[in-house]
Amino acid sequence: MDVENGNEIVTKNQTTVERRSDRELVVTRTFNAPARIVFDAWTKPELVMRWWAPRSAPMKMITCEIDLRVGGKYRYVFEMDGGAQHAFFGTYLEVLRPTRLVSTDEEQNPTDGQALTTTTFTEKAGKTTVSMLQLFVSKEALDEGIKFGVDVGTRETFEQLEEFLATTK
Amino acid sequence: MNAAFAVLAEPNRFRIVELLRGGPRAVNDIGERLGLNQPQVSKHLRLLKEAGFVDVRPRAQQRLYVLRPEPLREMHDWLERYRKLWDARFEELDGLILELKAKERGHGRRKRK
Repeated sequence: MDVENGNEIVTKNQTTVERRSDRELVVTRTFNAPARIVFDAWTKPELVMRWWAPRSAPMKMITCEIDLRVGGKYRYVFEMDGGAQHAFFGTYLEVLRPTRLVSTDEEQNPTDGQALTTTTFTEKAGKTTVSMLQLFVSKEALDEGIKFGVDVGTRETFEQLEEFLATTK
Repeated sequence: MNAAFAVLAEPNRFRIVELLRGGPRAVNDIGERLGLNQPQVSKHLRLLKEAGFVDVRPRAQQRLYVLRPEPLREMHDWLERYRKLWDARFEELDGLILELKAKERGHGRRKRK
């Protein structure tokens, strides 16, 4: 799909998801911008709020707090159509602007780090490839992580999200 | 779906499924190739069978374990849904990035004046 934006022709880049081992998932996508811009969009709360809950999805992001430093926390809260809220949060273990982030991912009922996410931003010729590797620490964590990834909270939510995803190409 | 993922989260079971992708195998054959003893392999195969990942086919004196395609297809479907969620997010992010680039260019021009 090509989108014309002013005098810039933007080709939509592919998103890939790969299951790299029994407890690792990798999401990869290239963006047509230098790493400093992509990194900002990924880590500044007012910018994250613009894309983390896609406009057409049955959810809104109502809180986004990011304390971007080693040991700093982040906290994302969503409200689903129907009012249910879902929060998830974690701690930054590595922060290297604008190339690398490592964080724990936890949920409402905190256990010891359910997943460890390593996000790398690799710039080449003005484009940046983001690779987000999620390492689930146990089979229970994998189970929970997956549940979150798809259903963001509740069963109805899951169905709403399914409907939404069925309509996106 | 989640249960299926959990069953495969155990590394040796994941290795058994990977091995069976190459074709049906007997318990002792699986054990030898993966360096596991027979009780371990039998336990893993029992769990894999309960989760619907494998079926047993008797052949002569042996019981051969074969992979069933359905759970792996479900997993593939799940990954595809997960991919679409991120893809939808990233489309929003594309729009935001264009805006940020335009803003940066604007600042650059002002600085050069």
